[in-house]
Amino acid sequence: MFGNFSLDYLIFGIMPYAVLAVALIGTIARYERDPFTWKSSSSQFLRRKQLMWGSVLFHVGIIVLFFGHLIGLFTPIWLLDALGISYGLKQWMAVIIGGLAGAAAFVGCTMLLHRRLYDPRIRNNSTYADIGILAILWVQIVVGMGTIVLTLGHMDGAKMIQFMTWSQSVMGLQINAWQEVVDVHWLYKFHIFLGMVIVALFPFTRLVHMLSIPVRFLWRPGYQIVRSRDGAKPVRTGLKPFARDKRALKAAGTAPKPKAPTPAE
Amino acid sequence: MSHLLDRLNFLKSVRKDTFSDGHGQTTTENRDWEDTYRKRWQHDKVVRSTHGVNCTGSCSWKIYVKSGIVTWETQQTDYPRTRPDLPNHEPRGCARGASYSWYLYSANRVKTPLVRGALMRLWREKRKTMTPIQAWEAIQNDPAARASYTRKRGTGGFVRATWDEVTELTAAANAYTAKEYGPDRVFGFSPIPAMSMVSYAAGSRYLSLLGGTCMSFYDWYCDLPPASPMTWGEQTDVPESADWYNAGYLLLWGSNVPQTRTPDAHFYTEARYRGTKSAVICPDYSEAAKFGDVWLNAKQGTDAALGMAFGHVILREFHLDRQVPYFEEYTRKYSDMPMLVRLDKKGDSYIPGRQLRASDLDGALGEANNPEWKTICIDETSGQLVAPNGSIGFRWGEQGMWNLEEKAQGAEIKPKLSLILDEDRDDVVGVDFPYFGGMATTQWHKDARGDVLTRNVPVKKITLADGSEALVTTVFDLFCANYSLDRGLGGEHVTDDYNADVPFTPAWAEKITGVSRDKIIHVAREFAANAEKTNGKSMVIIGAAMNHWYHMDMNYRAVINMLVMCGCVGQSGGGWAHYVGQEKLRPQTGWTALAFALDWARPPRHMNSTSAWYAHTDQWRYETVTAKDILSPTAPEGDWESLSLIDYNIRSERMGWLPSAPQLKTNPLKVGAAAKAAGMEIPAYVAQELKSGRLEMSCEDPDAPENWPRNLFVWRSNLLGSSGKGHEYFLKHLLGTDHGVLGKDLGEEGRQKPVEAKWHKDAPEGKLDLLVTIDFRMSTTAVYADIVLPTASWYEKDDLNTSDMHPFIHPLQAAVDPAYESKTDWEIFKAIAKKFSEVAPEILGVETDVVQLPMQHDSPGELAQPVVKDWKKGECDLIPGKTAPAYIAVERDYPNLHARFTALGPLMEKVGNGGKGIAWDTKTEVHHLKALNGTHTEGPTKGMAKIDTAIDACEVVLMLAPETNGEVAGKAWKALEKATGQNHAHLAEVKEDEKIRFRDIAAQPRKIISSPTWSGIESEEVCYNAGWTNVHELIPWRTLSGRQQLYQEHEWMLAFGEFFVTWRPPVDLKTITVDATKALKSAEKHVVLNFITPHQKWGIHSTYSDNLLMLTLNRGGPVIWMSENDAKTAGIVDNDWVELFNSNGVIAARAVVSQRMKDGTTFMYHAQEKIVNTPGSQITGKRGGIHNSVTRAIPKPTHMIGAYAQFSYGFNYYGTVGANRDEMVIVRKMENVDWLDKPAKVEAAE
Repeated sequence: MFGNFSLDYLIFGIMPYAVLAVALIGTIARYERDPFTWKSSSSQFLRRKQLMWGSVLFHVGIIVLFFGHLIGLFTPIWLLDALGISYGLKQWMAVIIGGLAGAAAFVGCTMLLHRRLYDPRIRNNSTYADIGILAILWVQIVVGMGTIVLTLGHMDGAKMIQFMTWSQSVMGLQINAWQEVVDVHWLYKFHIFLGMVIVALFPFTRLVHMLSIPVRFLWRPGYQIVRSRDGAKPVRTGLKPFARDKRALKAAGTAPKPKAPTPAE
Repeated sequence: MSHLLDRLNFLKSVRKDTFSDGHGQTTTENRDWEDTYRKRWQHDKVVRSTHGVNCTGSCSWKIYVKSGIVTWETQQTDYPRTRPDLPNHEPRGCARGASYSWYLYSANRVKTPLVRGALMRLWREKRKTMTPIQAWEAIQNDPAARASYTRKRGTGGFVRATWDEVTELTAAANAYTAKEYGPDRVFGFSPIPAMSMVSYAAGSRYLSLLGGTCMSFYDWYCDLPPASPMTWGEQTDVPESADWYNAGYLLLWGSNVPQTRTPDAHFYTEARYRGTKSAVICPDYSEAAKFGDVWLNAKQGTDAALGMAFGHVILREFHLDRQVPYFEEYTRKYSDMPMLVRLDKKGDSYIPGRQLRASDLDGALGEANNPEWKTICIDETSGQLVAPNGSIGFRWGEQGMWNLEEKAQGAEIKPKLSLILDEDRDDVVGVDFPYFGGMATTQWHKDARGDVLTRNVPVKKITLADGSEALVTTVFDLFCANYSLDRGLGGEHVTDDYNADVPFTPAWAEKITGVSRDKIIHVAREFAANAEKTNGKSMVIIGAAMNHWYHMDMNYRAVINMLVMCGCVGQSGGGWAHYVGQEKLRPQTGWTALAFALDWARPPRHMNSTSAWYAHTDQWRYETVTAKDILSPTAPEGDWESLSLIDYNIRSERMGWLPSAPQLKTNPLKVGAAAKAAGMEIPAYVAQELKSGRLEMSCEDPDAPENWPRNLFVWRSNLLGSSGKGHEYFLKHLLGTDHGVLGKDLGEEGRQKPVEAKWHKDAPEGKLDLLVTIDFRMSTTAVYADIVLPTASWYEKDDLNTSDMHPFIHPLQAAVDPAYESKTDWEIFKAIAKKFSEVAPEILGVETDVVQLPMQHDSPGELAQPVVKDWKKGECDLIPGKTAPAYIAVERDYPNLHARFTALGPLMEKVGNGGKGIAWDTKTEVHHLKALNGTHTEGPTKGMAKIDTAIDACEVVLMLAPETNGEVAGKAWKALEKATGQNHAHLAEVKEDEKIRFRDIAAQPRKIISSPTWSGIESEEVCYNAGWTNVHELIPWRTLSGRQQLYQEHEWMLAFGEFFVTWRPPVDLKTITVDATKALKSAEKHVVLNFITPHQKWGIHSTYSDNLLMLTLNRGGPVIWMSENDAKTAGIVDNDWVELFNSNGVIAARAVVSQRMKDGTTFMYHAQEKIVNTPGSQITGKRGGIHNSVTRAIPKPTHMIGAYAQFSYGFNYYGTVGANRDEMVIVRKMENVDWLDKPAKVEAAE
């Protein structure tokens, strides 16, 4: 009934742009409108159990996976060629690094999900979004690990090049990019689809805390931060009326001699 | 502008500077986020208000409003300063008050008028074709229709209604009831006016204009200590909390100051820093116990025994072995100890009789006026019998002699305290004293030494007017004999050895109370020694805990005796500090005019609630306590044992002692019309008809449909969920709905039935036609109501608030408008009055109502009956106002009820105002009110001052009361001067120009002005303390002798053995019956405990126990406390769900198992309802029960006495009290916790 409508076109052609738009606008909107919801919603206060192992394993794994995918998919192919990295080698690196990180993320995510669902105290303090995003991430990790099995069947990296081409074409606004991935195994497609769903859900969940990693903290110069009045709203300085009085006095030609600045100034 | 853009500052350095070698840095980063935290505590305005549950705190609070919403509250700190040597009052307030703003917008809030669905359907159906009155009549005359909503009470099914509809329904029901049965069948219950005076007055003004019945609360709550009116003729007057600081010795007796008097507790701490010593008496390890230097953990209910032992020691060491001059002087002058008592022959020995009166003597000692009310003593100087000034006979019928000067017939005298010396006595005779120690049951120590103890007393022989000879002795001599003190007169049952096993020695008390004799002697000595050194600065802080026992008077009088022996009453830093419930209504005399519509008609209809509910909820039909159980073996001749408790009440009403509601079986409007038709005066007509039997008093047949209460308003109160002793009986008989009564009535049990009350084989169920609850929360009373009206909360209305804990008056104010569709109480009753004036003219016009009035306290009526005579038994003629209640014609203008409600009526100008037996003119004040509030310009109230808004009403109170209008205070003191012949006006002279207005107290709490309404003064010299003006201004106490009356010689007091204080063990209420125990499986683990209901930390007094914040701090629902040993016996561990039950009903709650508790008791903190987290009972299958589900009110005949000096009725002043502490319950673990969470069955008809 949709004529020559293709689901592949919808998912790999249209959806990336929709997802990116939702993620970008949603994130900005949330940051502007509800800045106090912008947090990781840690449940450490409620229960420490299973959190240390689960959270560390999960976060180490997922960060490696995140940057692995980012670098893996968006490194221009000509750069690989120029550096002389063979596609097979890259594929091997992807499988080994991704496999290890995936395993860590899987164990961590499973512990976190178990804790979230079966610890009554945490369960009662969880929103649908808290449980939902963790469950989706868990599924995504399982699917991702599943694709490794498929990949082991063709370690020449050809499929990987297809995905790189697709993702880079999407970024290049090439409308036919979707055709690059039409013929891959459905498990890859599901993995990509779920990945885009996660990106779309990003602004509506605790995932936003990714954007607020206190990286600067690592190279901060001082241990004690004093935020000066320069950053505060001028109306709150309390000096304005004084200044205005001075102007008024000046206008009347009876301005007193400027004195040394007061400590507040 | 944008959080995001502000953060995009990567290219711009925010670093400004560094310091401390680069360890610190100054930045210029954006600081807008700080505004969020700033705004959290920003607000649009702050309004002064307070909390008006039954809280004596009366703390001034700042209410913060932000965007039209109340956000939080904090304590005000602007109370006027105290004197330089005294700590300030602040901070005042507690966690309960601080959590109150949560309540305003909680789910518990009633948001719209609600009507029971079945009733609404009927009403709307009938109203299609009928007028409102016809519609109500049609519903009431169709038993099936009536039952369709009355039987559904408490089972949900409310629908929303409009204000117009509910006020019309209510007004129609009131009008129909007035026409059909009489206006006195419209009842209204609301407690503690002091907490929000105008809200109380709104309902009581409406009822009083209608002729309805205003019901008392203080006695019903059992917060009224009858010992106070007995001893002082004073409802309850106490020191302000600041005066604790002046005490040298503080005895906390059953009062948990840190928990229940939180805002005042700091004075206790500060007093301790000042060096005040403190002993704490309470069975459990309470918060107060931690403050004490000594903790005496007496067994519950044995306070009188402890008090007797204290008294034994004090008398021995400070009055007999050594006489402390101050104590001797004080008791001579300020107590009835020197008064002579006649000894009556009974069998071989004597029993104490009446105090000797002038009328007993030849020529009445020259006292022509009221000689039968003038007590006699011996003048030490002349050796003659004299009638000293100040006895109550001097109060009425003459002027200038009612004072405490030591004079008789104008001559100086010195009353003789004792006849112990050989030259003073003619003989020594044995006098019988009752001993009740052998009546102890269950947990309490039983003492089988016999029920009559004969002790020797020195006597003098005198010749009476009729020539016969009589034996007399002094109160002091009898008093010492009563305390078993050996004075060298020989005989039995007296001792000079503290270790002797004789009643009232410390050794004896040790067995009963469990407190070691050493501690008893130690505390008694210190208490008295401190009073000796400081001239009476020993104080007892006392709570309702001791007053809730059936024999509460023994506990209280034991304490009062100690204070009188040591000269503490009326001295700053000393005396009796009973804090519970009465919340001093400081501008009382200004308020009564408004509240009871005294500006339009007098008298109003007042009823003592204990007797009313006892009768109307049919608790009397289940009475397990007989007169025999409480009668004295030394009782005078009489038919005492054949009467049941309700019979005593009926006789009391008949003789004009206690009030009645309803009053006559016949509609009083019809009586008024019939008298007019017969051309007779009302009193003569009613007397004639009562004697002939054509008229009957309602009290004689409470179950006859003509005598049921028909309409009931409950406002500012949770009658059913909190104060309703015998809760399940209320549900069964008054409301006629699901209940948990397990026991059977006297008829079914085949026990002795009342002789005066008519017995119906089947008790009525569902007496009330209409229950209207006015509340802002969905309380238990609201849940059971037919109509629930949403009222303004304490931050949404303008009102007045005072307390006995401090001398300031401050307001409640509308910080925001009433939320949702709610209205203030004032506006609600105004709206009902308006509707009433619209619908009533169909059946009611200007009518003559016949109001029945018992002999009133502080009126000449208190001298009506020197001897007890019942007209119905033919012992005397029926004379209204003398041997029977007065009957007074009152005009009711029903069509103009609303006009009268909103105008200050003409009687304030014509008759004036007054209180406590004095009266003054109020023309000036009425004139000022006209100017202040404006006048009505048309209609029947043209030219009269307006009382339109609640603030208008506040101004009326403030203008008319001596406490808030210095000019009136001056007039009041001058009025008193006439009676006492003393100069008192100096107490208020300096305040003559001071007039406190509503806007003044909105700006800052104001200290009130000294007034003769109260027995303490406001001054720069002393704190407010009760009895101060009696001692220092020589104003007599309002008792028979005019002094502190320790000997109570009314015939009924003699009969029930309470002429003096003695030890009376808790009464066996016999509620662990077969009906209750059959719920136990054989060998099921359980324990029987004494059920105690103290005040809690997590609810009542400024918020409710269903406040989420408070629930979170405790266990989230109803709890009981029990000891570890009892829990073990019953197989209960902490937090188990348990069931408490006896023949009265069932409670389901969690158990808190604590070392703090004494074995044998369980605490269920007061006012825990069944509306949050309460499972079903295994026995009834109904939801849990409230704390009063296992109790039943049991009145005491001695509280029914009237027309006899201090024993005269006053509203909330004297009367039967709702004791509930002697109750026993079975406690067991619940096997099945059923939450009854099923959808309700949908009726087929719907």
